Amino acid sequence: MNTPTTPLLKASGLCKFYGNRAACRDISFELEPGEVLAIVGESGSGKSTLLNLLSGRLAPDSGRVDYALAPGQMRDLATMSEAERRLLARTDWGFVHQDAREGLRMNVSAGGNIGERLMGIGNRHFGNIRETAQVWLSRVEIDPARVDERPTAFSGGMRQRLQIARNLVTNPRLVFMDEPTGGLDVSVQARLLDMIRALVAEMGLAVVLVTHDLAVARLLSQRILVMKQGEVIESGLTDRVLDDPQAPYTQLLVSSVLAA
Amino acid sequence: MSAYNFAYLDEQTKRMIRRAILKAIAVPGYQVPFASREMPMPYGWGTGGVQVTASILGPDDVLKVIDQGADDTTNAVSIRAFFAKTAGVKTTTATTEATVIQTRHRFPETNLGAHQVLVYQVPIPEPLRFLEPRETETRTLHALAEYGLMHVKLYEDIARHGHIATTYAYPVSVNGRYVMDPSPIPKYDNPRLDDCEALQLFGAGREKRIYAIPPHTKVVSLDFEDHPFEPTKFEHPCALCGSTMSYLDEVVTDDAGGRMFVCSDTDYCETRQREGHIGHLNAAAPQTCPEAAE
Amino acid sequence: MYVAVKGGERAIENAHRLLADKRRGPRDVPELTPAQIDEQLSLAVDRVMSEGSLYDRALAALAIKQARGDLIEAIFLVRAYRTTLPRFGYSHPLDTGAMQVRRRISATYKDLPGGQVLGPTFDYTHRLIDFSLMEQDAVPAPATAPHAAQTAMPRVADIIGSGDMIEASPPDEGAPVSDLTRDPLAFPAPRDLCLQNLARGDEGFLLALGYSTQRGYGRNHPFVGEIRLGEVQVEVEVEGLPFAAPLGAVTLTECQMVNQFVGSKTEAPKFTRGYGLSFGQCERRAMSMALVDRALRAGEFEEERKGPAQDEEFVLSHSDNVQATGFVEHLKLPHYVDFQAELALLREMRGENHASHPEAAE
Repeated sequence: MNTPTTPLLKASGLCKFYGNRAACRDISFELEPGEVLAIVGESGSGKSTLLNLLSGRLAPDSGRVDYALAPGQMRDLATMSEAERRLLARTDWGFVHQDAREGLRMNVSAGGNIGERLMGIGNRHFGNIRETAQVWLSRVEIDPARVDERPTAFSGGMRQRLQIARNLVTNPRLVFMDEPTGGLDVSVQARLLDMIRALVAEMGLAVVLVTHDLAVARLLSQRILVMKQGEVIESGLTDRVLDDPQAPYTQLLVSSVLAA
Repeated sequence: MSAYNFAYLDEQTKRMIRRAILKAIAVPGYQVPFASREMPMPYGWGTGGVQVTASILGPDDVLKVIDQGADDTTNAVSIRAFFAKTAGVKTTTATTEATVIQTRHRFPETNLGAHQVLVYQVPIPEPLRFLEPRETETRTLHALAEYGLMHVKLYEDIARHGHIATTYAYPVSVNGRYVMDPSPIPKYDNPRLDDCEALQLFGAGREKRIYAIPPHTKVVSLDFEDHPFEPTKFEHPCALCGSTMSYLDEVVTDDAGGRMFVCSDTDYCETRQREGHIGHLNAAAPQTCPEAAE
Repeated sequence: MYVAVKGGERAIENAHRLLADKRRGPRDVPELTPAQIDEQLSLAVDRVMSEGSLYDRALAALAIKQARGDLIEAIFLVRAYRTTLPRFGYSHPLDTGAMQVRRRISATYKDLPGGQVLGPTFDYTHRLIDFSLMEQDAVPAPATAPHAAQTAMPRVADIIGSGDMIEASPPDEGAPVSDLTRDPLAFPAPRDLCLQNLARGDEGFLLALGYSTQRGYGRNHPFVGEIRLGEVQVEVEVEGLPFAAPLGAVTLTECQMVNQFVGSKTEAPKFTRGYGLSFGQCERRAMSMALVDRALRAGEFEEERKGPAQDEEFVLSHSDNVQATGFVEHLKLPHYVDFQAELALLREMRGENHASHPEAAE
């Protein structure tokens, strides 16, 4: 574990203010390839803002985010053109929204949803695209025979799995997830978490996962950042932080989980 | 009509439109915004085409106007009369005689030459509009050549119908860069846009856009490798001139389901008939179908 | 038979003659004069001037006559005429504070400097058909104001503004004002362009959008700060003259809407404003415009955009009734080439369907 690796993503001194309120203050960390990092905290703690800063959907007021386009070749997101950023976002990255409707085209078939990225990078063979879509439907445990159905006909859990398939079809190296299991029934959540864990391991994905649910963080992540009022107040290996929290706030968070 | 300038528009406006046209020619398939004027005919009735025609028309030009391929449809008659009145230019129905042809919904059957300009009337210039309603977003997609969405639309057609179900306003890629709406011409006409000798100009008045295909530009209809673009085919020849090489209108002849198919391009059809090509329902043909006579 | 489906020059000509005949109607009924329309259907003239974007009563009245009372058609006639007119220059900004006021009401103050002036309004009439109007009626002369000289009537927004309770008018930086008749609409649109677009927008469209904000599709808690109607001087800079040259007066309706307040930790809360202005007496459109103007400023105040009235691209792209009516009505034009293409595809698809499910076709 201690062999030096070059980071995939590096955040340095990120700050973002809304008026005079800091949504993120001086946040720095590195993410290794294949590493799952959870960002936890209560709502309003700035974790979603941080996710948007990391994924280039929001520009920081100060600080920078570097991404390794190739091993050792770090690029500051701010210096990339919009074209480069968008290409990155639809090939090498994924973004899974809490609400699947935001991440899917609801009036386009499951096959079209999965195939969009492939067509976006120039795939022009209908049969191949549809076949790839069916393979991906199987991988996310949706009956491939439903490839021509629209997500409106799918349950909440299926929609979320379809959203994940749509993101993973280009074999990205990094996926951002914003409360991916939020709003789902507990049994549906468990199945989805198992599936995400399996896919992450199989594909060697790096994930930045935002969640308010420490159980989700424990199940998926190796490392954790605890946020409060825009600042990271504690970080470390997930098991260490959750089993032996140092900061009083983290202790409160952990105990409220135990109480639940 | 002395109260109005030659071809209605004032010279300042024409200069502005010509600048837009030049930019459009320089960047084939790119939609150039222009300050479209109110015209004395309604939006949606060809105000964009009329403004383009007015701006390029000179006193020596010969103008032809077609709608649905025909010179005698009401709107074609009206626009032709407008320019005859405001510009006093010579008008014609013969494709070969015209130097400027304004059209709605068709490419003429007769090949166009380098001395000719084809001006299309365009209702909705944005090929991505029905996939993405926001102008700010569609302009970004064009700027970055992000056209995956366009193929999603075609993908959906095939997934649902087994075909690309777009039969007119079929999107094309121009010069390998911009995806463009060729205006609501039937897809039958799409291959004619490719490597055309004439300059093709597109004017959208209400939407305030001008775009162009310069002569000899590569124009490719979007498709999939395993579902290639196919122009509409007709099973019948033209009932009047017998052509099997033209786009046909279906004319309902009685209330018992009787119908005949005739060329949509009236000049092409009449020229062929004058040259002695006679279709099976033509009055000049040996009398087999009495109802065909007038 | 083939000829019958195609139009012709003579058909158009005859249609025009028939239209002229229908416009005139039975010859034993006296013909309307533009002066009658101007004086007795004056609110129709006001609307045509506003949406036609041309202050010319006589021309608007004539257009209404020519359009057989179809106001959108009349607006179209005025617009198509206006666009051909040369531009000599731009007037100074009109000073509505110096308006010769004929009507002025405020819903935010019971009384205020200059007072409430009801003026000519339908507001408190009972909507009962007045059958006495069937006959020509001798209408008594109106009561005249007790005092001839007009007292000063500061705008209500300025009264509230003097206590810093309401957002100030943006400073005049002398920047050129956008003109959507000379530059194509681009998004995001600055407020001057939005206001110009709304000022010539369709009254029904603005009314429906304004109404929708009241019903919760983008609420902004409006109060009528003030509506004023009256005459305002128009002045224009002429090269070589040391002072601005007066061109005459125009009748305007102005509506200042006072809306929910905004503020932050660093900035004290204050009311916001929506603005409506119209030629002639068009209170409904001035008020609707003010509601929509405020709704469109959602981004400026970091409000969530969730109603159609707050959606700039939606509002500005669909407000113009000349564009809208043209595009809707163009569906009357022949589309048989495209329809034929659809027919051919449909037949082909139904043929395939029949081949694969022959029993379904029974």
